This record gives sequence, structure tokens and C-alpha cells, in this order.
Amino acid sequence: MTDAARPPHPASARRASADAASAHPALHADVVVARGEARIAAAFDVAPGHPLAVIGPNGAGKSSVLAAIAGLVPLEAGRVRIGARSIDGLPPERRRIGVVFQDYVLFPHLTVRDNVAFAARMRGGRAPARTTADPWLERYGLTSLAGRYPAELSGGQAQRVALARALAADPEVLLLDEPMSALDVEVRAEMRAELATHVREFGGATVLVTHSPADAAALADSVLVLEAGEVTQRGTLDELRAAPATPYVERMLAASAD
Amino acid sequence: MPHADTGVVSIVRSRGRARVAVALAIGVAATLTGCAADGGAGASTSPTPHADAAPATVTVFAAASLTEAFDTLAERFQAEHPNVDVVLNYGGSGTLAQQIVEGAPVDVFASAAEPPMQSVADAGLADAPVVFATNTLELVVPAGNPAGVTGLDDLADADLRIALCDASVPCGAASEKLLAQAGVTAAPDTLESDVRAVLTKVSLGEVDAALVYRTDVQAAVDAVEGIEVPGAASVVNRYPIAALTDAADAAAAADFVAFITGDAGRTVLADAGFGVP
Amino acid sequence: MAESTTRTPTARPWTPSGTAPGRLAWPVAVVAGVALAVLVLPVAALVVRAPWADLPELLARESVLQALVLSFSTATVATAACLVLGVPLAALLARAANWPTLPRRVLRAAVTVPLVLPPVVGGIALLLLLGRRGPIGRVLEEWFGVTVPFTTGAVVLAQVFVALPFLVFAVEGALRSADRRTELAAATLGASRWQVFRFVTLPLVAPGIAAGAVLSFTRALGEFGATITFAGSLPGVTRTLPIASYLAMQSDPDEAIALALLLLAVSVIVLLGLRDRWLPGVRA
Repeated sequence: MTDAARPPHPASARRASADAASAHPALHADVVVARGEARIAAAFDVAPGHPLAVIGPNGAGKSSVLAAIAGLVPLEAGRVRIGARSIDGLPPERRRIGVVFQDYVLFPHLTVRDNVAFAARMRGGRAPARTTADPWLERYGLTSLAGRYPAELSGGQAQRVALARALAADPEVLLLDEPMSALDVEVRAEMRAELATHVREFGGATVLVTHSPADAAALADSVLVLEAGEVTQRGTLDELRAAPATPYVERMLAASAD
Repeated sequence: MPHADTGVVSIVRSRGRARVAVALAIGVAATLTGCAADGGAGASTSPTPHADAAPATVTVFAAASLTEAFDTLAERFQAEHPNVDVVLNYGGSGTLAQQIVEGAPVDVFASAAEPPMQSVADAGLADAPVVFATNTLELVVPAGNPAGVTGLDDLADADLRIALCDASVPCGAASEKLLAQAGVTAAPDTLESDVRAVLTKVSLGEVDAALVYRTDVQAAVDAVEGIEVPGAASVVNRYPIAALTDAADAAAAADFVAFITGDAGRTVLADAGFGVP
Repeated sequence: MAESTTRTPTARPWTPSGTAPGRLAWPVAVVAGVALAVLVLPVAALVVRAPWADLPELLARESVLQALVLSFSTATVATAACLVLGVPLAALLARAANWPTLPRRVLRAAVTVPLVLPPVVGGIALLLLLGRRGPIGRVLEEWFGVTVPFTTGAVVLAQVFVALPFLVFAVEGALRSADRRTELAAATLGASRWQVFRFVTLPLVAPGIAAGAVLSFTRALGEFGATITFAGSLPGVTRTLPIASYLAMQSDPDEAIALALLLLAVSVIVLLGLRDRWLPGVRA
């Protein structure tokens, strides 16, 4: 039970145990997902500490790719590995993949503290769950909100809770599905910077789905463009700017330049 | 037999109007109530038609034990009076009486005992009831008598499944009397609300023995067996019938009562196992 | 009720937080008034016509108390049984949305039939199954010496038969409108299927379960036709309030009205008392 024994403070969340050569393993994804008649295929590797942004127009299948990695939709073909560990046969609860859902999907019947403590509680008992959750609440500035219910939170607060809840489960990989889309425009820049800090602190392999180059720029090292279920380009934003592979990439970057 | 005099009819009608007025005053469901009341009032204000001349409907509330006999009699009556439509409603006499007192639009009431008829008469609604049939009780068992029941004494056996009518309905009151007379303390498993419910439970084989009317045994002769019990003849249920004072068509209602109490009625009732006075 | 549980966690200013005040077109208002009258007037008549002066004496009668105790205890047991049986059935029914058409419709029809069936028919069906000549009743009697009809257990069974669909549909509705993504979120946090059900699904549909339990309880309390047909009517054993009220109508209308009033009071108290605790926003 390295999970329970691990120091709870998120800043010291690096694996101290001797087994891990590096802090976090890499993610190797090669997924084919059916969505209705269409097929979505994407293959990519994500190194720890180098977040990847999956970007593309609405309906391109970005979220389906994340769901497939997390085990929430079945794979048509392909495989998913975390380091050397093959996880595509595992149910979601055994994959150790943290997910921040679009509009967060907090548990409406649980307080902020119990939301963050959820993963620890699933592993055993209410009391250890509290002791696991409290440092995360403090870290994310949620201590004063610990007793509130999700319906009483602002968008930014809900995002923090969602991230703390996912990371408190001690995942090896973090997936973020449109994390900024539920936020009001005024707070976006601020929350984006805050989220970038937390993602850096996490340090593991991170995949972020967005349709905003600004989010990609702030949160990710490189970008994967997904259009109509196919990867059309991969590279840094600068590389994309230098040689946009499709009209969509060109338009997207031009629009964000304003 | 005297028919409802106009005085009574007008009293009844004004009662009906008062009810409509109340409904209007409350201001709700006025259409529904109004329609129903208008229909009734319209029928009774029309010049009294002769039963054979204009189409008429006679609504009869009758005790459940009369079901087979009255079904037959209504058919014959209609054959003789092609313009009269007889509508039959069977039930526990007490319930029927209660519904009549509460204003059910009924023309003829045939009760399985005198107290329910009395409550209708007390409300000023029954016109000169006459006893037209009598009935006595019989022990009844499922076909083949699986429990080997022989007499009233078996009703005291707690190991047997026994059904009786509840004392609040005529067959129950009669059963109580019969059992008391025989000195038997029954151990019933259920006290049913009407005699037909008791009979059903016997024909389904769910109870081993029960007390029902002789006529009921005849009505379900394929599924049950009757056992005559000594002393049953002294506990007699008397069935009164009366045309109601606010009958929509007093003449047709009186015709129906006369038919039941006349030769045709007596024959059919006797065939069904009733005693006829 | 279920909307409150599925509301997105972000407090958006345009999220409706209550019933928007609006004016009904007058024909709608008039018909609604008539509909309300259809529902309320008979009950009002019962209250108005009640023999208030004699009520204490009527309600203190042994027969009335006996029926009250019997009704209350059987309805409570029946509701508990409905909860135990109904929640998993509701989960199955909600999941059946993805099934092929025919089995899905058959399942739904099977749950709906007791709702639309006259209760007396339900009682006959129970009697034919569990009576001493029925396929199950015969086995029970021959092998175990157990007879079901005419027992208090039969009352409970009849009540479960008619009340279970109310619970199932209430919970199924809550399940279907609950945000399934919360279950997915729980899975990514390490919750097993059972834990997802226990810690997420069940609490999320708790308002639906509570509403279903209240409906089941009041339906069980008012159950008449199936009970009198299947369980019979013996004071203290199977004669529940509605049956006692019906029988009293034969000979003592005042007692019948008193019993009916009692039944009404219990139902209203249960409905008013339990509903509010589960209304959305109470916890907030």
C-alpha cells in the first residue's frame, strides 16, 4: 500500500520509493474507438512532465480518445500502456488514471472534503480519507470551502476541487477534458495559470483536451491535432505555426493570434 | 300498489336542484354535476309515460345472491316490455342501501334482508316494500369435500379453513344466528363482505367449509357441494323489494316489481332455490 | 427532485433555481381548477360529513385500533420489502434502456401490469399462485406446512404486489435522470462497481427512493381489492383499515367515515412529513 503510506502533501508527491527510476511513467496510447458510424483513431506517447494538448474542432473525437484511455469506453482496437504496464484490459478503477471531466462532474451529494477524500475512502475507511484529503484542501485553497456542496461553488472553485479529487487518488496519468470551458471568461486567464502550476507539480504524463490554442500554450508542451477522428498534425505550437498541415490548423492559429 | 305521488317527486327534485346549486356555489365541477342532475330532473318532469309506449330504463339494485335469478327475470321482463331497458347492479345489500340513501339514481331495490330496506324506507325513499323471496343457509364445501366436513360442528375446528360472511351483512347476521342456535363457536379464517366472495373462496378450494345461502350452492353446483344443516330452516332471510319513490319512470319501476312478485318471478326464484311466500 | 442532483456543479447565473413565475393562459387555469376540484372535493366531503362529535368514541373502538395497527405494521413491512426488492429492479430497468426492443418492453410491461391491473384481479392472481391449489401454494403446504392466504403475510404480499411498481418507477426515473458521468468519475477514482452503486448511485437517487417509499407506503396502506381477495378479512389478522371501512359501510356508516378519515389523516401526514425532507435545496 504505497498509496496510503505516501506522504500526503502534493508537493512531495514524487515517488520516494526505490522501485521507480523516474518520478512517473510515460503514457503510450494507440486507440481506435467507435463513435456511432465513425471511427476515431489516435496513437501518441506522452512523457511525464511534458503535457500534451489534444486540439481539434467540435466533434473531432477528442473526448472519446480520453475516455478510451481512462477505460470509460471500450477500445475497438489498439492498446494503452503506462510505462511497461499494459492497462487496456483493466477496468477504469484499476488503471490509476486521474480524470478531470468537462464541467467537473463533482459528486453533488458530497461536500468538497468528501469529494476530495473519495478515492482514499474507496481504499479504506472514512478516517484515513479525511487525513488524506485535508492537505490537498489546504494546498488548493479549499479548506474554508471544505463543508460546502458542489452546487455552492463557483466554476473556479469547482475546478480546483475536481483537480484535487483526481490527484488525491495518486494517479500515474492525468487526463483533463476541456478544463476551462465551464469557466467564465473573466477568470479564465487566472485559472489557466493556476492549473498550469498544478499540472507541473503533478509531474506525471498529462493529456489535455481543448479547442483553445491559448489553453494549449499555457498548459502543454506539445499539441496533437485531431480532425474527424484522425490525427492530422503533431508538434509544438511553434512548429504548427511554421507549417500548418491543414486549413483547420491555420484558421485556429490565426484566430488565436488576435 | 301505489306509485310515488307528485309531492314526493317534487321534494326529491328540489333536493336535486339544491345539490346543483351547492355545486355551483362552490363553483367547481359545475358542468359535470349540472349535466347529471339535469338529466335526472328532465326525465322526471316529462309526463309520466306508459311503460310500453315510450322507451324507459329501470335501474335495479339487487342483493348479490339474486344475481342468477334476476338476470333471468330481467331478460324475460324485457321480452315482455320491449321498450323497457333493465339495468342491474348487484352488491352487498348494506352497500346498495347506503348508495341509494346517498342519492344513487335507482328505480327498484331488492335487498337480501329487511334492515337495509328499512334504512332506505327511513330515508323516505322506498315505497311499501314487500317480501318476495326467502332464503336459508347451507353448509358448503369444495367439490369432493376434501376436508371431510360433515356438519356445523366442523366450523369450530381451528385446523380447517373456514370462511363466513361478516356479521355486518345479511348472510353474516344469519350465520351468526344459526351458529348461536346450534351452540357452535366458529373459528373463521376470514369474514367476507358478501356471500359471493365466500362462495368464490369455496369454489377455488381455498377454504374447507363455509356458510352460504342455499341458492348460492345451486348457482355454483359444479364447484361446490351443499350440506344441509339441521335448524337452518328456522333462520330465514327475508328479501324485500320496492320501487323507489324518486324512480325516474314510476310506472315502469312498478311494473318490474309486479313482475318479480308475480307468477314469473315466483317460478324463477323457486327454481333458483328461494322460498317464495 | 432529481434535477437538483444532476445540476452542474458550477453555479451559473442562468441556472433556474426555482419555478419561474409565469402566468397560465386562462383556459388552462380554469381546467386546472376543475381538475383540482375533482381531486379535492370528495376528500373535503369526507371531512365535512365526518361525525366529529362521535369521533373520539368511534376511533377508540377496539375494531378501529386493531385495523389501524394492522394497517400500519403491514404497510411498513411491505414498504421495506419494496425497498429491498425495488431498488435493484429499478437499476435493472434503467439499464435495460440499452436492451433490444422486445425484452425491454416485456420487462417494462411486467413491472407496469400491477399498476394498471384492478387490484382484485391481482388478488385472484396471487390466490391462484399461492393458494392451496396453486403451483407454489401447494408445494409450500405439502412440504413445509405453510399456508399463505388468510394470513397477515398474505396482506403484506398483496400490498407489495400493488406498491412495488410505484417504488420501481420512482427510483428508475431518478436513476435515468441522474448524471451517469458521476459513476464514471467514481470509477476513475478507484471505486469498484459495488462501491459506485453504494457511494454514488444510491445517494444520488436517494430522493427518488424516498419519494418511491412514500408512494409505496401510502399505496400499501390504501390497498383493498387484492387484500380482501387474497388475504380475506379477519379482525386483527387480515382486516386492514380500508377493509374495515368498507365493511363498516354496510352497517355503520359513521364508523366507516371515521375509518376513512383515519386513513386519510395517516396518508396526508406521511406525504407531508416525508416529502419535505427530500425536497431539493433543503440541505443547501
